[in-house]
Parts: sequence; C-alpha cells; structure tokens
Amino acid sequence: MNTKDRLHVEGLEAAYENKTILKDIQLKVPDGRINVIIGANACGKSTLLKAMSRLLKPVGGVTTLDGKAIHTIPPKKLARTLGLLPQSPIVPEGITVADLVGRGRFPHQSFMRSRTKEDDHAVAEAMEMMNIADLAERNIDELSGGQRQRVWIAMALTQETDILFLDEPTTFLDITYQVEILDMLTDLNRKQGTTILMVLHDINLSARYADYMFALKQGELVTQGTPQDVITSEQIKNIFDLDCEVIEDPVSKSPLIIPKGRHHIR
Amino acid sequence: MMNSTIGRIRNERRKRFTRRAAVTSALFLLVLMLCTAMLMLGNTIYPVQDVVRVLLGEEIAGMMFAIETIRLPRMLAGLLAGIAFGIAGNTFQTMLRNPLANPDILGITAGSTVAALVCILLLQTSRATVSVSAIIAGLVTVVVIYFLSRGNGFSIGRLVLVGIGIQAILSATILYLLMIGAQEDLPNAMRWMSGSLNGVQLHQLVPLAISMIVCIPLLVFTGRHLLMLELGESAALSLGVQTDRTRIVLIVASVIMLALATAVTGPIAFVAFLSGPIAKRLMGEGSPSIIGSGLVGATLVLGADLLGQFAFDVRYPVGVITGMMGAPFLLYLLIRMNRRGNL
Amino acid sequence: MLSTTWRNKEGKQRRSKVPVVLVCALGLVVVSTLLSLAFGSRAVTWEELMSGLSLSGADSYAASVVQERIPRTVFSLCCGAALGISGALMQAVTRNPLADPSILGVNTGAALFVVFGMAFLGINSQSQYIWLALVGATLTALFVYGIGSLGRAGATPLKLVLAGAATSAALSSIVSAIILPRTNVMDQFRFWQVGSVGSGSWQSIMIFLPFLVVGIVIAIMAASSLNALALGDEVASGQGVRIGVLRLIAAFAGVILCGAATALAGPIGFIGLLSTHLVRLLLGPDLRLIIPFSAMTGAIILTVSDVSGRLLGSPGELEVGVVTAFVGAPILIMLAVRMKVRSL
Repeated sequence: MNTKDRLHVEGLEAAYENKTILKDIQLKVPDGRINVIIGANACGKSTLLKAMSRLLKPVGGVTTLDGKAIHTIPPKKLARTLGLLPQSPIVPEGITVADLVGRGRFPHQSFMRSRTKEDDHAVAEAMEMMNIADLAERNIDELSGGQRQRVWIAMALTQETDILFLDEPTTFLDITYQVEILDMLTDLNRKQGTTILMVLHDINLSARYADYMFALKQGELVTQGTPQDVITSEQIKNIFDLDCEVIEDPVSKSPLIIPKGRHHIR
Repeated sequence: MMNSTIGRIRNERRKRFTRRAAVTSALFLLVLMLCTAMLMLGNTIYPVQDVVRVLLGEEIAGMMFAIETIRLPRMLAGLLAGIAFGIAGNTFQTMLRNPLANPDILGITAGSTVAALVCILLLQTSRATVSVSAIIAGLVTVVVIYFLSRGNGFSIGRLVLVGIGIQAILSATILYLLMIGAQEDLPNAMRWMSGSLNGVQLHQLVPLAISMIVCIPLLVFTGRHLLMLELGESAALSLGVQTDRTRIVLIVASVIMLALATAVTGPIAFVAFLSGPIAKRLMGEGSPSIIGSGLVGATLVLGADLLGQFAFDVRYPVGVITGMMGAPFLLYLLIRMNRRGNL
Repeated sequence: MLSTTWRNKEGKQRRSKVPVVLVCALGLVVVSTLLSLAFGSRAVTWEELMSGLSLSGADSYAASVVQERIPRTVFSLCCGAALGISGALMQAVTRNPLADPSILGVNTGAALFVVFGMAFLGINSQSQYIWLALVGATLTALFVYGIGSLGRAGATPLKLVLAGAATSAALSSIVSAIILPRTNVMDQFRFWQVGSVGSGSWQSIMIFLPFLVVGIVIAIMAASSLNALALGDEVASGQGVRIGVLRLIAAFAGVILCGAATALAGPIGFIGLLSTHLVRLLLGPDLRLIIPFSAMTGAIILTVSDVSGRLLGSPGELEVGVVTAFVGAPILIMLAVRMKVRSL
C-alpha cells in the first residue's frame, strides 16, 4: 500500500443507539483504483461508507483526507473532493433529468455565483459519460430503474470529485444493467483517475471489477488485498461462512466462486 | 456531441425558467387585480381611479373612511397572511418531501392558535403579547414534535403521526377554551378560529409585515439548500449541505411568519396546505417555488375572501371558503400521492 | 423451532393471566360505576349513595341526585364498551394498529351528517340523529379506507391516518360553513361537538341498545376469523376464511358501534385506541380476548374520564371528549414513537 494515499481511516468505530456496528477499522484507500467492500448482510459495509463521509458521525477514530480529519473540513469543500451516492436516494416528484443532474453542482456554486459555463460543461460531460444525454428533458419518474441509477451516478459525477463512494450502486437492477453500470464506473476510473470505493453485493462481479478489496465481518475488517488475495475458498468460508470452490473466471481471469451447498457435492 | 448536449441542457433549463417567469408574472398580475378588487368592492363600489387617488393621499369625502380603515387593512391582511401561509407551508412540505407534512396537519398552526386563544379569551392581553406567544407556541410545538419523532429512528411518517397526535391534544384544548370562554366572546372566537379578515386594523399588521421583510429574503437565500434537502438527507449531506443548520433556519423563519399571520387572521384552512402543491403544478415541479407559493397563497386568501363577502347572501369568513374550496383539491392530492406510492 | 415453543410458553403465561385480569377489569367496572354515581358537582357520601341505589330510600335530595346519575353512568358504560369494541374491530379489519374511529375521521363524518340534519332537515331528536350519524360514519369510513389503501403497500398506518386527518379537516370546514350563519344550530352543535355523556338518559340508552347488541354479537362471532386475518389475506383465505365477507361484516359492526355512540354522545376520540392497546399489552394479540376486554376497558376509561371531567371542571364540567383526547392522544404519540420505521 502506498503511504501517499489520500484517504486514511484510523481506529474508526461506529454505533447506532449503543449498538456497535464497526470496531476499530484501520485502512487506507488506494488512490486511483476501484476499491470494493464486501461482506455478509448487516456486517457494517454501508455503515463504513457513511462513517467515512459526513453521513454518520463515528463514535471513535477518524477518517482523514490529505491528513485532515474530514469532520473538520468545511462541508462544501469536502463535497468538491469526496462524493457519495447513497443506496436509495429520494426522487423528488416530477423533476427533469437535466435538473437533477445539475443539482450535483451545488458544492461548486454559491448564492452570488450561481450558474456558469463550467457547470453546464460538467453536467453535459457526466450525462454523456453515463449515456443519458438523450433523456435530458424527461421526467425522472418515467425512467426505468437502470436509467434512473445512471442519472444518479451522473449527478454524483457532476460533483467532479476525485473520490467517489457508492453504496450498492447495482442493487435492484437486472444483471444486464449491473454489468453496464460497473462498466461505466470502470470507464470513469480509467479515463479520469477517479478513486472509487463502493459496496457491492455480488462477490463474483466484485472480484471482476475491483482492483482492491476490503472484506468486513461483524464490523471488523478481516482481510484486504487484490481479488486474488481476498477471494480464496478459506477466506470466503471465514467471511461469509460459505463452502465454495474458487476457479478462474474464463472471461476476466479473475477469481470466481462456486458455492457448494449440501446437495450437489460429488 | 458535447456541444449539442450542452445546448440541450441550456434549452431544457431555459424552458423551465420561461415557464416559471411566465407563471410568476401571471400570478403577480392576478394578485394585483384581486387587491384592487378588494379595495373597490364593498357596500358601495368605487371606481379604480378614485381608489388610486385616495391611496395617493387625496381626500375624497366618504371614501377615505371606507378605504383606509376598512378595505385597505382587510386587503393587506389577506395579502400578507396569504403570502406568509403559502411560503411557510411550502417550506415545510419541500423540506419534509411530503405535501401532507404541512403546518396545519402537524399541529404547528394549532399551537399558535391555542396560545393566541389563551391570550384573547383568558388573559385579555395586548396584541403584542398575542403575537409573541403565538410565535413561542409555534416553535415549542415544532421542537416537541421533532424530539418525539426521533425515537426509534427518525422518519417523516413518524413525524406526521406524532404531529397528528399533538394536533389532537391542541384541538381538544381549543375546544375546552371555547367551552369556558365567556358567551359574548364566543361568536368572535369562533369567527377568528375559522380564519377571518374581519376588523383587522393596520397597526396589527406591522409585526407580520416586518417579519416577512426579514424572513422571505432569508428563505429565498436558503432556497438552494432546500432544493438539495429534497434529494434526501444522505444526498444532501454528501453534496455539502449543512442539513441541520439549514433546517433550523427554514423552520424558525417559517414558523415566525406563520404564527404572526395566525395571530392576525386566525388559522385560514388549507392555504398553507395547498399553495405549495398548486404553485408546483403551475410552475413545473422541482423548481424553487418560494415566491410562487406566496403568490398562490395570496390569491387563495384574497379570492376566497371576495367570494365569502359577496358571493352568498350570508357573509362567510375567508377560512370557511378556503376550507370548502380546498377540500376537493386536497382529496385529489391524496389520491394522486397514494397512486404514485409517495407515502 | 425454538421460537414457536417460546411463543407457546408465552401464550400459556398470558392465558393464565386471563382470570386475574378479568377480576381486575370487573372490579374496575364496578368502582368506576360507583365513582360516577358518587362524584359530580355535588359529591355524595357512601350512605347516601347506598340509599339512592336501594329502592326504598329514594326520598332524600342526595338519593335523587344519585338516581339522576344512574342513566348517565349506564350510558357512559355502554358508549365506552361500544367504542372499545369498535376500535378493536377497525384495527383488525384494516390490520392497522392506529385505526380508531376518531383518527380515521369517522366521527367527523357522523358530525357532518348530524349538522346537516339539524340545519336543513329540522331534525332535533336523538332517534333521528342516530340514523344520519350511521350513514355519515359508514360513508366516511369507506371513503377514508378507500383513499388510504390506494397505491402500493395498501393501507399502511401512516396512509390511513393521513387520509383520515385530511378528510376530517375537509369535512369540518363544511361543518363550519353550515353552522356559522345559523346561531341556533351553532349552539346546539357546540355542545354535541365536544362529546359528552351528560345527555345520557334512559331514552337514549334504549335507542342505543339494539345497535350495541348487534355490534357485540357480530364482533364476538367474527373474532376467531379475524385472528386469521391478522396473518395476512393470503394466509387467511388459505385457512378457509372468506376475507371479503368477513371484512365487510366486521367493519359494519365497527361502524355501527361507533356511529351510534357518536350520534348520541358526540365525537369521543381515542377510547378504541387506548383500550385495545392496553388489553393487547396485558393479554397479547388474540382478538377473542381483546374484544370483550376492550369493551370493559373502554367502559372503564370513558366512565372514569367522565368523572374526572366533572371533578376538574367543577363547578361546571369538562366534557369527556376533551378528557379522552388529553389521555388518548399521548398514546397515539407513544405508539408512533415506538413503531419501527419500516412498519410506518
């Protein structure tokens, strides 16, 4: 790991109403990579993302960006460097795609300096990247789930941050759209060098798209490393309590897990 | 490719702005017409030019009294209260992302009403005390509702349910106050309770006017943050909005206007409820409709008051008319929201 | 496996509590009855109370005071029982812990029809109010439930309550529009509107009784099927319950009970909510227990509220509708505070 990485987490602890969710998390997020957090349900994946941004105040420990604790950075300034797409954002009624995507420019605007050329440029770029330029005048309500998710990601992109957090960006989407979204995020990472940290549910897709992985179990960081390091049958047994075999994904050469179950063991 | 996309975005935005500007000017004209009508109509109908001359300070025997002591205060009360109810209601609705979460349903108006009634019926205090206690009661109600609705995880649904509970207690208090009030105060109290512009005097409007001069710019200024809050707490936070601070500013400013308007006219049913959604429908949803809601609020109050005064053989207080006009729209709104699963 | 045995054990514990709770409830019914007879603007001593109740000694002033309080007390017990059962039925039918006649706006619906009758049809007797109130209550209940159950997820607690509150607000502005220009109706209505059992007479009890009996019989017969309904429509029809018919009948019983009570006493809120949740807390979710015990609890709460209203408001009296709102609304708030976000 590179010590120059911008985002560090030191001894992070988080709790909801006295119930500890995260215990002493220690990590550095590699710059310019696609980083994926995996783990079983309710292990604290989303909580980790929230506690690393402004969404949740940790009860202990600190997340630092360029050496500064994120809670001490002025919110708008932080929002120009670190963006987060929540798991189920709320869709305001009847607003157009262009309007919603444009709202991502908020941290770059102020009351005196409202709309500029750069804003329009950023919005247009994000919409093209997410392939939604044709939807500009449409109402969000009319879009399909996959389109809507691309609109939300576009909104996060117009924020023009170096680091982007995404909380399960592919949930509730058909497999086609899941792959599409992950491809687009990879484009973003390769073209603009954006550091991505996201929670994903699907282990195999994570292994394919991640450069680096963090695995959580019951609020503790149990392992991290490249997909090849993390996705082994022993580790999966440890993280998910699942017996599986790991083979090589014939398409991407990344590790691919095959769950065993009780009925099909030869 | 890039340029055509930028062009599309600009085009789309221009369309929204044009519609907003057109609707705002139309509403402004409508309000202006209603104001003029309020001054012209009455027991005797005065022509426009005479009304203008009186307003400019010319002394026309007989008209001076009717316009300056009766019609002008009534018109201004309707105008200011309408704007205040409309803007305050819209702020709550947008902030809580639910048209039903408005000061009427949440019991904030009822809180101010109770305080005002206590002052009027029991303590017979000065108008200033009525205003101050209405503001304090409104804010206290907000704080109580807010803290109660945090239990077991904050949710808008819980907030609304708690608000309805508080509302029930306050309504019971209002009924009780009406029971123990002196018989001769009763018709007055009843009339005020259903919202009325009767007998308002110019000096009563001063606190409301001052609060609006301060609060409306503040709300317009915070309007951009409000738009972000509409995307949900998480999205707003990650866009760099200081959500708690924004909410406090929005709530305090709206409650002050709401309480002062209530202290003057009584709770005028449904204006806080309907102005925001109507403005949104007219202007295209998703636009910051603060001014628009205010203008719609003024239109509703002034229009309803004109109807109440002249359309029937009995003179109805304005609140009864807004209540009757609002009911069908409210039910339509409910049905539409439920269909779309927005609740 | 584990959880089912645990549940059975809990069920047994609860069932063993039934006799105790029954004795307490009956005891409280008696106590509240005595309180209601004894207290008022003129308090009565124990001896006076007894002599008033025995037929022979009915000649003293105090005894006649007691005798005058008898119909009021009986009436309040009946109303309380009716509202208690009605709340339990509505909660079961809508599968919604917050359903209560007052919250669903049913009271306002009844009020609107009564006022309409007072103002336009010249109606001024209780036996005529009751039919109007029943029509109003039924229509409003159907309307509110209809609006509240539109859209995904059906009638969630929040949607129903909001639909009820909005409908109430809409209907009450129509009520004000009717009464404001009519001073005589305003006066008549002002006292009806608050909800009071003070007007209870033998005559009103006789009008009430048939509705009460029909409602109670239906409620008791429907109880075990309603238990199945609590598990969801699919499960209930799987167990052979004809859910459409059941809903209709149970809702009908719930509406006539609260409609009749409202017609005679005026809108009295929160009794159903309060008694049902109290009983559920003590005895669990079995409707065969909730229905009879809510009836008793409702009767106790209403009667005690009436007595407290008489004491607090003396020399006049604080109407019972005001008292129950003060006691009941905090329960609504408490339930809302404790609910899980998802079940809102």
